[in-house]
Amino acid sequence: MSTSVHDEALALLRDMVRVRRFEERCVELYSAAKIRGFLHLYVGEEAVAAGVMRALAPDDAVVATYREHGHALLRGVSARSIMAEMYGKLEGCSHGRGGSMHLFDVAHRFYGGNAIVGGGLPVAVGLALAEQMQTTGRVVACFFGEGTVAEGEFHESMNLAALWRLPVVFCCENNLYAMGTALARSESETDIALKASSYEMPAWPVDGMDVLAVRDAARHAVEAVRGGGGPHLLELRTYRFRAHSMYDPDLYRDKAEVARWKERDPIPALIQQAQIAQDDVDGIESDAKAEIDDAVAFAEQGTDEPVADLTRFVTSEIGRT
Amino acid sequence: MAEPRVFRMPSLGADMTEGAVLEWFVKPGDRVHRGDLVAVIKTDKADIEAEVFDDGVIGELLAPVSDEKLPIGTPLATIYDGDDATPAPTSAEVVPPPTAEVVPPPTSAPPPSPPSAPSPPSAPSPPHPRPSSATIVLPTAEAGRIAASPYARRRAAELGVDIGSVVPGRPGHPISADDVERAAAGAPVIAPLPVDQASAMRRAIGNLMTRSKREIPHYYLEDDIELAHAMAWLAHYNERVSVEERILPAAMLYKAVAVAAREMPALNGHWSDGTFVPGDGVHLGVAIAMRGGGLVAPAIRDADKCSLADLMIRLRDLTARVRGGRLRASEMTDATITVTSLGDRGVRAVYGVIYAPQVALVGFGKVSERVWAADGGIGIRPVVTATLSADHRATDGLLGARFLSAVTRHLHHPEDL
Amino acid sequence: MSSVTYREACRQALRDALQRDPRVFLMGEDVGRYGGCFAVSMGLLDEFGPERIRDTPLSESAFVGAGIGAALGGMRPIVEIMTVNFSLLALDQILNNAATLLHMSGGQCNVPLVIRMATGGGRQVGAQHSHSLEGWYAHIPGLRILTPATVEDARGMLWPALEDPDPVLIFEHASLYGASAELSDDAGPVDLTRAALRRPGSDVTLVAYGGTVRVALEAAEALASQGIDAEVIDLRTLRPLDDETIVHSVRRTHRAVIVDEAWRSGSISAEIAARIMELAFFDLDEPVARVCSAEVPMPYARQLEDAALPSAPDVVAAAQRVCHG
Repeated sequence: MSTSVHDEALALLRDMVRVRRFEERCVELYSAAKIRGFLHLYVGEEAVAAGVMRALAPDDAVVATYREHGHALLRGVSARSIMAEMYGKLEGCSHGRGGSMHLFDVAHRFYGGNAIVGGGLPVAVGLALAEQMQTTGRVVACFFGEGTVAEGEFHESMNLAALWRLPVVFCCENNLYAMGTALARSESETDIALKASSYEMPAWPVDGMDVLAVRDAARHAVEAVRGGGGPHLLELRTYRFRAHSMYDPDLYRDKAEVARWKERDPIPALIQQAQIAQDDVDGIESDAKAEIDDAVAFAEQGTDEPVADLTRFVTSEIGRT
Repeated sequence: MAEPRVFRMPSLGADMTEGAVLEWFVKPGDRVHRGDLVAVIKTDKADIEAEVFDDGVIGELLAPVSDEKLPIGTPLATIYDGDDATPAPTSAEVVPPPTAEVVPPPTSAPPPSPPSAPSPPSAPSPPHPRPSSATIVLPTAEAGRIAASPYARRRAAELGVDIGSVVPGRPGHPISADDVERAAAGAPVIAPLPVDQASAMRRAIGNLMTRSKREIPHYYLEDDIELAHAMAWLAHYNERVSVEERILPAAMLYKAVAVAAREMPALNGHWSDGTFVPGDGVHLGVAIAMRGGGLVAPAIRDADKCSLADLMIRLRDLTARVRGGRLRASEMTDATITVTSLGDRGVRAVYGVIYAPQVALVGFGKVSERVWAADGGIGIRPVVTATLSADHRATDGLLGARFLSAVTRHLHHPEDL
Repeated sequence: MSSVTYREACRQALRDALQRDPRVFLMGEDVGRYGGCFAVSMGLLDEFGPERIRDTPLSESAFVGAGIGAALGGMRPIVEIMTVNFSLLALDQILNNAATLLHMSGGQCNVPLVIRMATGGGRQVGAQHSHSLEGWYAHIPGLRILTPATVEDARGMLWPALEDPDPVLIFEHASLYGASAELSDDAGPVDLTRAALRRPGSDVTLVAYGGTVRVALEAAEALASQGIDAEVIDLRTLRPLDDETIVHSVRRTHRAVIVDEAWRSGSISAEIAARIMELAFFDLDEPVARVCSAEVPMPYARQLEDAALPSAPDVVAAAQRVCHG
């Protein structure tokens, strides 16, 4: 393995560990009532965000779902501002207006944080339309779960993006369960890539537990899209190790099934596959802990927005454009 | 024997809490009818004639004439149904039974009544109303609460009008700002107007008249009426009665108008809700100037049915009470047609502004000697110029002309009046 | 001055906007080759090309959402939805994204999007093409709701709507497209912030918007012949409401009748009545009256549809009631 390849594996490991530890800290903080509301964790699925983000350029746009802490973090949104957002603080990336499900950071071209299943897809299509009309050469990565494919907005967006050959990479995070409903219980055709193909869109399944495979697939898709190949869809087959959200007793999955998937945990898999030394792992772990400790301390000291400002951001405060 | 109803110290104003019985007009055994004035109540503001809202016979007078202030609701008298006038032990707990058809005007709202008895099972249920996008549900006043629009209350405060003294211009409708302004103009219950209210009354009259001229498409007719026979007949009549019983020409003119109005019901009534509603009788509004300025036009009820002598008596009474500030508020709104006479001020003719919601106003100038052509010759005769101001929404000129002809005809036969 | 139809005024406004700003483009169902289902965009495809006059698939949610995304991405899209009933297919995008993103993102993601759609009944097109749901949209914070009732406003509201950094919905009453009026040759943008006094009067205030403005004006003429001097206010903007103009009028007339083509329950007319009560209670001499559509899905048959919609005689009757009891 070449140095650069090894370095890249280290970087991907770092990405995944940061997300994993961040999510684990969120559970702890949620239990301590520091974080409230809905909290959807990405534990087990880290390879997807890590692999796709590595394939994007800094000025490409990202549209994600309500399970998006990892995407934001790996997109470059600081752990501090994400954690402060979950604390509902003014210093949060959405000024405490969004919370866990609505992380936004336009500076990093991170457009949420969308909690209506399927609702982000048309927006991603529109962002891509703007890129196309302005001939920027940028692409849009749009993340959504497999449950989305039952929504009309999925099909409308597939069609429109393909019809207009818009620069979107649709990243379907197929973790097999739409909340508690298994894919096979909600879809007549469970092959998601096949659905996209019916829109004349290149699409294929990817092992979402293999970060290198995800990265490679994403690179291929992004390059094709950027080259004018029209939208692509990646069906990233993954699994969440934790329940859907903090309120979920997780009664709909067989414990043995969860255990089987945990054997495919993308983090140890990468360590093993890329032969990453324990010292490196320890360093990454230590850095991640420090980053998250710092983020928590930052959030703890965050400012509560004055209630007098409640009605800000309903309409723009900036002048007309 | 039925439980008697109780006449209680009325609330005659929003800020009235108590009053004293200054005078009783009735005594035990007297038959009273709804609307009869039975007592003079002294309040902090004025002495007000209070009316009853029941028909029956006075049982006992529970409150003697006194300066003692009694709280609103204090039983003042008992009233028995029909001829059953035997006084029975009464107590303050006796409450009048609900009388669905009797809606007391808010000037003297009775104490709270118990809820109405449920309808008998055989009573047909009202048809389910078709939901209309424009249905207005009128606010209903709770017993004891005066139903008035918010703006009416504000105007009342501004004009210094006691909202409780105002009678709604539209029966069953809450008091409107116009009602308040009309009341301010008439000031029926508030004794001498403070100086700063005189201009308020002027303004109120102005508003009323402005509104009338704006809303009512007036048309005007004029005719000269030769009164030689009428004046002679009247002089002859007056010669035979005492000075107090003499009849003024005005009474004769008014009676002729009242009878003509009965014959032409299209001019006698109210314009309401886009249609004409005939009056339930000829209630002749008589414009009377007030001392210190201002004008009111209280009604003589069923003026067409009064004898000339009675009409004269009522006219005198009304004039005296206007000047004395003791007018019943309901007299202010009953009129179905109004007559005004400025003859004693020397003018030949007067063209009046209709008092909404009435649809006609008759004006008389002075009775004067004029050259008159009749029977192929020229003579000097007493003549009066009568005018009719009428609402063109309700009638046309042809009918107005027939009306003035009828007035003339009646004045040519004064013995029949 | 020249006589211009409402439709032509809408088209002039589009052409003007497309010429003024290269970021502006129009998309929607049949806006291009067909020329718009109400022929508003007829000829614009030839003039501006398919990049800027975009026919979309029948995917209201996708193309409205695409408008939102394009607005976020720096464009100034004008999205046309055929009728307000179809807009419900895009309600998720309009409410959950267009109206919400700015707040949810702590002020980062303003959405400079304009959505135009036809609204209203009176054309015998039944219960899925005739409703007036603009009052629903006026419920939503973050949206500006415009209801041009005149040729001048049809011409002048689009550009200021495009200049608004936030989403604006323009409701064009379908029965108005053929109406014409004199329009200045140099007509241009209009102020969006104030309601307009379309007819001064002193006895009663008739509050209307969009398609009901002419109903109110017709009623006012009829009332004038009966001695009732009615004032007619055209709201023009349903959100934010110009309380001041409404209240200023009611303070003079002491009576108000609201004419709203939407259903009565929970309508914008209810909101206006509530505001009059809140802001001018002590000026009211009568309860505020409302003339709204009958609470039925819009029927097809002519006489039934006529009966369902607010008419000038309905308004006259309501005004008479509040003026004369």
